[in-house]
Amino acid sequence: MTATDVPTSPVPTSPVPMSAAGNPIGFGRMLRKEDARFLRGKGNYLDDVNLPGMLHGAILRSPYAHARINSIDISAAQAHPKVRAVITGEVLATLNLAWMPTMSYDTQAVLATDKVRFQGQEVAFVVAEDRYSARDALELVEVDYEVLPAVVDATKALDADAPVIRTDKEGKTDNHIYDWETGDSAACDEVFNRPDVVVSKADILYPRSHPSPMETCGSVASMDPVTGKLTCWITSQAPHAHRTVYALVAGLPEHKIQVISPDIGGGFGNKVPVYPGYVCAVVGTIVTGKPVKWMEDRFENLATTGFARDYHMQGEIAATRDGKILALRTHTLADHGAFNATAQPTKFPAGFFSIFTGSYDLEAAYGKVTAVYTNKAPGGVAYACSFRITEAAYFVERMVDILAHDLQMDPAELRMKNLIRPEQFPYQTKTGWEYDSGDYLVTLQATLDAAGYKELRAEQVENRARYEQTGEGTLLGIGLSFFTEGVGAGPRKHMDILGLGMADGCELRIHPTGKAVIRLSVQTQGQGHETTFAQIVAHELGLPPEDVEVVHGDTDQTPFGLGTYGSRSTPVSGAAAAVVSRRVKEKARIVAAAALECSPSDLEWELGRWQVKGDPEKAKTIQEIALLAHSSLELPEGVEGHLDASAVYNPPNLTYPYGAYLCVVDVDPGTGAVKVRRFIATDDCGPRINPMIVEGQIHGGLAEGIGMALMQVIAFDENGNCLGGSFMDYLLPTSLECPSWELEATVTPSPHHPLGCKGVGESATVGSPAAVVNAVMDALAPLGVRHADMPLTPAQVWLAIQGRPARTDLAFT
Amino acid sequence: MTMQVTMTVNGEEVSREIEPRLLLVHFLRDEIGLTGTHWGCDTSNCGVCVVLLDGVPAKSCTVLAAMAGGHEIQTVEGMAQGGTLHPVQEGFFQEHGLQCGFCTPAMMLTAQALLEVNPDPSTTEIREAIYGTACRCTGYENIVRAIRWAAEHPALEEVTA
Ligand code: FES
Ligand code: FES
Repeated sequence: MTATDVPTSPVPTSPVPMSAAGNPIGFGRMLRKEDARFLRGKGNYLDDVNLPGMLHGAILRSPYAHARINSIDISAAQAHPKVRAVITGEVLATLNLAWMPTMSYDTQAVLATDKVRFQGQEVAFVVAEDRYSARDALELVEVDYEVLPAVVDATKALDADAPVIRTDKEGKTDNHIYDWETGDSAACDEVFNRPDVVVSKADILYPRSHPSPMETCGSVASMDPVTGKLTCWITSQAPHAHRTVYALVAGLPEHKIQVISPDIGGGFGNKVPVYPGYVCAVVGTIVTGKPVKWMEDRFENLATTGFARDYHMQGEIAATRDGKILALRTHTLADHGAFNATAQPTKFPAGFFSIFTGSYDLEAAYGKVTAVYTNKAPGGVAYACSFRITEAAYFVERMVDILAHDLQMDPAELRMKNLIRPEQFPYQTKTGWEYDSGDYLVTLQATLDAAGYKELRAEQVENRARYEQTGEGTLLGIGLSFFTEGVGAGPRKHMDILGLGMADGCELRIHPTGKAVIRLSVQTQGQGHETTFAQIVAHELGLPPEDVEVVHGDTDQTPFGLGTYGSRSTPVSGAAAAVVSRRVKEKARIVAAAALECSPSDLEWELGRWQVKGDPEKAKTIQEIALLAHSSLELPEGVEGHLDASAVYNPPNLTYPYGAYLCVVDVDPGTGAVKVRRFIATDDCGPRINPMIVEGQIHGGLAEGIGMALMQVIAFDENGNCLGGSFMDYLLPTSLECPSWELEATVTPSPHHPLGCKGVGESATVGSPAAVVNAVMDALAPLGVRHADMPLTPAQVWLAIQGRPARTDLAFT
Repeated sequence: MTMQVTMTVNGEEVSREIEPRLLLVHFLRDEIGLTGTHWGCDTSNCGVCVVLLDGVPAKSCTVLAAMAGGHEIQTVEGMAQGGTLHPVQEGFFQEHGLQCGFCTPAMMLTAQALLEVNPDPSTTEIREAIYGTACRCTGYENIVRAIRWAAEHPALEEVTA
């Protein structure tokens, strides 16, 4: 099959009635309810939380990547007139709080006692009357360090002479964390050993990057000494999980902890983990008896909180000469930093990286991941990555392009030939996933058509001919990527974090006058939950979305659930919202039947009302039913009054959104500068509850992809100094680097989600880096370049053209 | 050591006794409680702290409150007139120009200043005007559209009146 003869399917749309306020009573473009406060500067972000008598905390951090702490002298800091407390690891040790559990069953120092293990590690916490004084006092703390050699290059972490980082772990004599395998090694060997296969190999680095939301992380902790209740405002994507962790860490009774996640200035995974600063703020309020605010600066955010990626992926792909891909295998080295603190499901130490077979129908696959400690900040999965699916998608999409390069085949044609066919769904991958639904060829074709793929390739032929003749001008590159994600973690029997199953609760109450409140366990960081979840209720019950209040982000106000990350809000919590609405609808049917003096089975649902079959004049609207449910109307035996319900949704499977992306770049071989000319993205996330919000999320993710592919990296020098600790060095894409995004959509519902929705929050971040890199490599192909690692800065592109691309994670090679 | 500083914020004169080292962003947020102005970095790079200083976008983390003495500051809280949103605010609402909202005050003030000198900017001119503020959520596309919307609806009050 060629790239152009696949039929396209139109996006199904059905008309949705509009409310009096002009909003869709159901799915459709709806302006956001939450905007009213943000537009007026009335959002309530963490640093906007101010309590009477509140004190300010600041953290003293290690200047060294690896050093023994001989002594800490806090006397001068304590003598500062505005300082109220200076807390060290020694103090915490007396409370049994010097170490805390990580989300991966490791331990992490809250404040270092024995050694510091990465630059920026937490050493002391100063509480003062104002934020400037707290910072002043940090300079008065004297720490006597004995500098130790640092492990910076992950590929040398397991060398026999490598310094051992985790001397705190009894009997630990190396920097090894785990080895983990997936797929079938022997089956792979058999394919790779066949005499007629073509094998392409590549070493692909996905360097360390950082989500760096515009708002940094912080916390305000306030202990009420009378009631013993601890209230914490935290920049948390997962307030319920945080509360349980505090109960476990601090031994505080969980019912006496309230975690409030206020408005969040972007999360992208950065705000999932529990950071030492949060624990310090809690200790600060206990020690001083006053509320304590701790707010990171940008260095602290970039250099010490959850990073992402840092995967060194050795890959081999086997295919027939005419381009049928047969097998894929990888040995990957995972740099986890000084503490294994990745927040991911327990049974998945390498996250969902095993989805690296991507969107292709293979005979065999095998992967092995070796994880190591290094003297770098801990973390790993914090960046819109769906638990390392970002790494997996980048890996397979680079490998496929490298294979196309080696086979001299068009990368679109190679993909068309190997994509999983619609009739193969549900599709079992060779690494154990069951993809729920997909119509991949149609989606790829939509992208190729929108881009004008043939015309672009024709332009490229001319462009290359001109460059060859003149040696001047830019080179045109066209890059494709086709990704499949698994999101909406997840089924409780397979997936938990720290023993907490990944299900989500939801509660819906219809007030007597027909207005509603829905309470969610997930927390928005800009995704528009206050609008989208109101639309889900509207879709199910026919209530105008403006009549539905969405409550979230406060553990005292909402049911338990694991929070918003891994694109799980719509797949898990959105499903819970649909289920709870359907429960209310069924209850409403009984009430309506009682009022209409008929049997519930005589009624049929018409959006917003139960009506008698064949006699639609006899009906009760959902608003009328709400009042009746609270009235003196006699209800059948066993039926309770009021109109509410709760649900806990345990997803039967992950959902599998996918998409086809195409990037067009112009590369200046003289300077190495890359200009992204166009970016075309076709996403299939199932039905779109609010297409405006979905498109906005895709736009944001595409910008992230450009950032990672071309600009952002957290690198280190040979002493373990973090070289990405400010926005002068860690470069975010601006309006000038981003093109005007061109979006297309296909709609293939998930068969197991109540609304068919698949989730989209991370799709573009997962899918776009490979498209950008593939485009740059395509541009440079005539110059003999086959692969260079991200970020493709002008310097890196120039080095690649010289035939010596750099290790972008290190500054010293 | 403290000093007296007096400036006009959103049309009202404010006066405070401050430390000379106090940054304008902290003056606005902590001293006079206008928390719509945000901060996001240590190095004058992110631009989420932008306010208008005598009508010109300025990073309030890079200005000492003392230096702003005698000047006119406008923050996001000063954009809406009465109950009516500024066309730029309405544009951000209509075109989904915000997600988490953290960069939004800075983006909107920059747009307001742009439209005052260039009422009909091209998308390129808009991109050049806002590149000093980083946004992690929107990929900029809808911010550009929002500002175009405002350019196309300059007399919003009259339209909706
Ligand atoms: S806070 Fe980043 S530029 Fe002002
Ligand atoms: S809307 Fe979140 S940073 Fe711009």
